[in-house]
Amino acid sequence: MVAQNVFFAILALLMIVSALKVVTTKNIVHAALWLVLVLAGVAGQFLLLGAEFVGVTQILVYIGAVIVLLLFGVMLTKASIGDEENINMPNRILPAVIGTLMFAVMSYSIIDTYRGEELPKETVTSAAEVSDSIFSDFIIPFEAVSVLLLAALIGAVVIARKEVA
Amino acid sequence: MTIAQYLLLSSVLFCIGIYGVLARKNGVMVLMSIELILNAVNINLVAFSALTDNIAGEVFALFVIAIAAAEVGVGLAIVLLIFRNKKNVDLSEIDQMKG
Repeated sequence: MVAQNVFFAILALLMIVSALKVVTTKNIVHAALWLVLVLAGVAGQFLLLGAEFVGVTQILVYIGAVIVLLLFGVMLTKASIGDEENINMPNRILPAVIGTLMFAVMSYSIIDTYRGEELPKETVTSAAEVSDSIFSDFIIPFEAVSVLLLAALIGAVVIARKEVA
Repeated sequence: MTIAQYLLLSSVLFCIGIYGVLARKNGVMVLMSIELILNAVNINLVAFSALTDNIAGEVFALFVIAIAAAEVGVGLAIVLLIFRNKKNVDLSEIDQMKG
């Protein structure tokens, strides 16, 4: 248990620092690379919670696909590789206040509700259990997600293609 | 490990993401902040799945990951279209529908 807490603390610190860098750095490519660290930290937390399959999927889908898509977006919108001046709203005090207030409310209610409640002794859920659940209880949502992915794919192509007169 | 430490971590990520959505005006940066928010939600789902020993939380996290991938695809297509029409992706200039 102690080792898990140490790893949790290391990962959490890494994730929070990287997430702050994502929203404050002026270089868009650097922001995408900091986002990789956050996503890898999330995958590590999933593994710590015993959710192997979700952790591996996180790495495959997010770090493998979403980051590449975002970097393509950076490239195609011709963002400069270096620092950029015009990527922040002029007023950043109000967003900071909103974020801090939300965190204050959420952390108060979390600590008030779950103070000292321990997670059960670590049990690893295998991919077999996850797939059993998906293909029995969640078969309809699963099919809906596959239709949604197809619709999103077609939609993205239709939106982004060049108009041919 | 307590459940509260995971919930607190995810609320920190969530609030950083909210700040990013509100404070950035580059379209791609806003999409990155949305990814932060979705990941915070996923940590919550998996943590509660471990707390209640119920696999449904993990399955929902997988669904969220799939939908986030679809969302980023469509979002980037929209950002590309904005770039093609306006030559930049400055979200504060997208005000054609303002009355």
